[in-house]
Parts: sequence; C-alpha cells; structure tokens
Amino acid sequence: MNHEKRGLQFYLLAIFFIIFVLFLYGPLSAILILSFQGPDGGLTFPMNGVSTHWFFNLFEKQAVGDFGASFRRSFTLGLMVMAVTVVVSLLAGLAFRRRFRGSTALFYATVASLVVPSIIISLGIGVVFQQGGLKPAWYSSAFGAHLTWTLPFGVLIMFAVFNRFSPAYEEAARDLGASSWQTFRHVVLPMIAPSLIGVGLFGFTLSYDEFARTLMTSGSYNTLPLEIYGMTTNVTTPVLYALGTVTTLFSFTIILIALGIMMMLSRRQAKIN
Amino acid sequence: MATIAAETEEDGQGARGGRGLRLSPSAISYLQATPLFAILGFFFLLPIAMIAVVSFWDYDFAGLYPDFLTMNYTDTLGSWVTWKTYLNTLKFTAIVWSLTLVIGFWVAYFLAFHIRKTSTQMILFLVCTVPFMTSNIIRMISWIPVLGRNGLVNSALIKMGIIPQPIEWLLYSDFAVVLAMVHLYTLFMVTPIFNTLMRIDRSLFEAARDAGASGWQILWNVVIPLAKPGMAIGTIFVVTLVMADFSTVQVMSGGQSASVALMMKNQMSLLQYPAAAANAVVLLAVVLLMVAAILRVVDIRKEL
Repeated sequence: MNHEKRGLQFYLLAIFFIIFVLFLYGPLSAILILSFQGPDGGLTFPMNGVSTHWFFNLFEKQAVGDFGASFRRSFTLGLMVMAVTVVVSLLAGLAFRRRFRGSTALFYATVASLVVPSIIISLGIGVVFQQGGLKPAWYSSAFGAHLTWTLPFGVLIMFAVFNRFSPAYEEAARDLGASSWQTFRHVVLPMIAPSLIGVGLFGFTLSYDEFARTLMTSGSYNTLPLEIYGMTTNVTTPVLYALGTVTTLFSFTIILIALGIMMMLSRRQAKIN
Repeated sequence: MATIAAETEEDGQGARGGRGLRLSPSAISYLQATPLFAILGFFFLLPIAMIAVVSFWDYDFAGLYPDFLTMNYTDTLGSWVTWKTYLNTLKFTAIVWSLTLVIGFWVAYFLAFHIRKTSTQMILFLVCTVPFMTSNIIRMISWIPVLGRNGLVNSALIKMGIIPQPIEWLLYSDFAVVLAMVHLYTLFMVTPIFNTLMRIDRSLFEAARDAGASGWQILWNVVIPLAKPGMAIGTIFVVTLVMADFSTVQVMSGGQSASVALMMKNQMSLLQYPAAAANAVVLLAVVLLMVAAILRVVDIRKEL
C-alpha cells in the first residue's frame, strides 16, 4: 500500500476525505457567518446586512435568559470535573498496573459506566437525590453525573498509556537509589504528562458540552448546554447562532491551549533525551 | 491518613527509613483504586440499583410510594406505542451504524495508509477530532440554516433549476435525524478503527502481494479482519449513543419522530419516575444485550 506512485485509490479517498471534512465544518461555518446577521436578519441566508448586533444582544440579560451565569457554572463545573478526572484516572491507572482482587470487576464497572445510556444515569442520580432528601445541584449531583462519563475515558486512556509503559525506567531509577515517590515524581510523571493533559482536555470538554446527564441532576440552575437546549425551542433569532459561535470559539481556544501544552511538554522531554 | 501521608511525602527517604509504614503492593493498589470505586459506586451503581427498585413502585402526581407492582412494566410492554418506539429507535441505530461504519472505515483507512508523514497524519486526525469536542446541540442546530425551507441546500437547488419548490423533508424529518447523528457520532468510529489500522504490520501487505493477492483481496482478507476489534469498539460507541439519544431526535425531527430515551424524558418531565424507571430497565437490558452480542463476535480486550 506504500507504493511510490499515488494510485487512483488515493485520489478517490482524498476526495472522500475532503467531503467528510466539509461535512464536519460546513454547517459550523454557516452558523459562524449567520451570527453576524444584520439586526433585521433571520435564521437563514441571505445575510440581511452585517452587524455584531446579536453578540451584544447575547449579553443583555432579558434576551436569552442568563447566559453569563450559566457559562460561569459550566466553566467552573468543567474545571472541577477536569481536576478530579485527572487525579482519579491517574490513581486508578497506577492501581491497574498490578492485579488485585476485584480489579476485573472495577474495570468492567468503568466500561459499563460508558455504555449505559446517559439519560438512565441522569434519572438514577435524580431519584437517589430525591429519595435521599438531598438537593440536586450542578456542583453536587451534576458533578457526579459528569464524572461517570469522563472517568471511563480517563481510566481507559491511562490504561492504554501504562500498557505501553516500560517498567525498565522505573527499575533503573530504583537501582540508582530513588524512593518510590521520587521514581514517580521524576521518572513516571514527566513521561505521562502529555497524556494527563489529554485526559484533562477530555474531562473539561466532555463536561462543558454534556447535557443528557445534567438534565435531571442540575437542580434549579441551568448549565450552559441546558440553557442552549432550552433556547432551541423558543428562540427564533440569530442570537442563538451568536451563542453557538461564542461557545464554539471558546472550545477551540481550550483545545488549542491543551495542544500547545502537550507539544511543549513533549518537546522538553525530547530535549532531555 | 498517616499511611497516605507517608506515600505522598515529598521526602520519600524519611518515610522509608523512619516509621516503618511501608504498605504491601496490593494495599497500595486498593488505596489508588478507592476514589474511582467510591465515585462509580455512588453515582453509577447506586443510581442503577435505585432505578431497578423504583421501577416497581407506585406513584401519583404528588410523589412515589414504595411498593412491589409490576404495573409499570405491564403498562410499558403492553403498549403498542412502546414497541413502535423501540422499532423506530432500532431503525435509527441500524442506519446510523452502517453509515458511520462505512464512512469511519474509509476515513481511517485513508489516514492510516495513504498519509505517509506522521505529522500530516496527526494534523488531519486532529482536524477530524476538533469538532467532536464542541457542543452537540450547537452542531445540531447548525444544520438548520443548511437544511431549512429557505436553507442553503434548497435555495441552491432552486437557483440551479433542479427543483421548482423547496424540499420539505430535508429538515424536521427522519432524514435530518440520521444526517445529524452521522455528523455527531462518526468520530467514535474513526478513532478506534484508525487505532487498529495503525497497528497492522505493514509487512503483511508485502507478504499478501508476494503470494499473489490483488488490492481488494488484501483489503478483504487482511485489512478488514485485522480491523475488526476497532470496528467493534466503534460499534459499541455508536450503538449505545444512538439507542440513548433523545435530543437529536427531538430537535432534528421537530417532534415528529420518537425514540425510547425521548419517551423516557417525557415521562420524567411529567414526574412519572417509576414508569420512566421501568422503561430505563428495559432499555438498559436491550443495550447491554447488544453490547454482549458485539463482544461475543469480537474480542476487544487486546485492544487496550
């Protein structure tokens, strides 16, 4: 398959790939363009003038509910989920390097958490909180609900990382007299750092965009995806697109920052080696 | 707490020499696995158990009453609406699964075998990945200006004189639901298949070609069998996501189509939790059976 000359198959598949990328980005760019719709413009093309009217509209409280507050909630929740996902996945990844009694069961429970429909988990946590007399809130019940979605991703990534991790480095460190904490801090951690950033990125973005699991668990205050979901039924102006553009650009920024850190870490790693 | 402190102390030498608090390896493993177990226990296993219990309870508009009724199940399973909804959900699952499998396989194949430079490969892979890290709902509603009555597709077709008036079934239809689901979920197929394809030993192709295999024979007899575990993982993702979907169906069909999860969501908004719970148990059983069936066909454990 690695001929020197590109065959017909290459060109056909290249065209297919380009169409796929257009399919992925086309509708998103339609939203991006339409969010600059003039003040009298509607939800579809053609553009009725160009303005930033709808972006200003977004920040007026009465226009779209309280966008700022729900954004702050989602952002905070994303950071909380990210931190817990990184730490718990790392610990679990270290634990799974050794076989222990119940490790298989725990592993299957983790995978099951990924497979069970979100709405069922949402309903279950909602009922547990209701029957337990606890008040559901975005920082308690929704926080836990998000973790059941992000932790399996984190644990599976750490599982894959440690499966490919040669114990020779740690043995060498130990032979040189390093304690187990020193081995972890100075040998293992720098090597897995880029993967940890990846886990963090997954944790944040999955939580920031999640809403099926938040549906029954957010309590009285909406997170941003719930706010947007509510808007799809009752907002008929391009302010919806302005919101879409803002959150999408925010997600892109987060992804770029994470990728930047990952590249920096692996470059530094390469320099040391 | 003292033992944990010893584990995490910056100065490991002191902990080692001084206090004799060394833990056995398996005890350390247990400590490390405890947070995961605690979170999954409280927010995953307990809620599922609670759903199973509540599905037998009685309810009215005011609250839930512990009981042991099979009414919630007989109501659900005895209604032809439920069966029709299941059939509709399975229809979406089958269509979306086959489309994402074909698209996902060829995209992964192109990335794995036709892009030679690793850096280009990674950049193109990221190009495919980035949209999947943005909001699902935003990506759903982004189809509205494209598919709507006055949307891009309709106005382009009219301008070209292909159709006299807008096509109505582009948006708020089963077609729109399938299109949006393929848009949302294809990456879950691309990533695992790409992962397995990258691990295929390229010398196998040489061997096959030396033995006289044609391009298609290599594809059919070498690549696809080796890609099966990746396809299985992708299938598990796509099948469970589509079976659990309510938002895409609701938004993209404009309320004209139904899915099991949407039915559950409607029951939940009417506070009929036990009825929703009975539905949840049935749905969970169906999904787990499907996953078990996939795992029987393909062994994915080697993949991690």
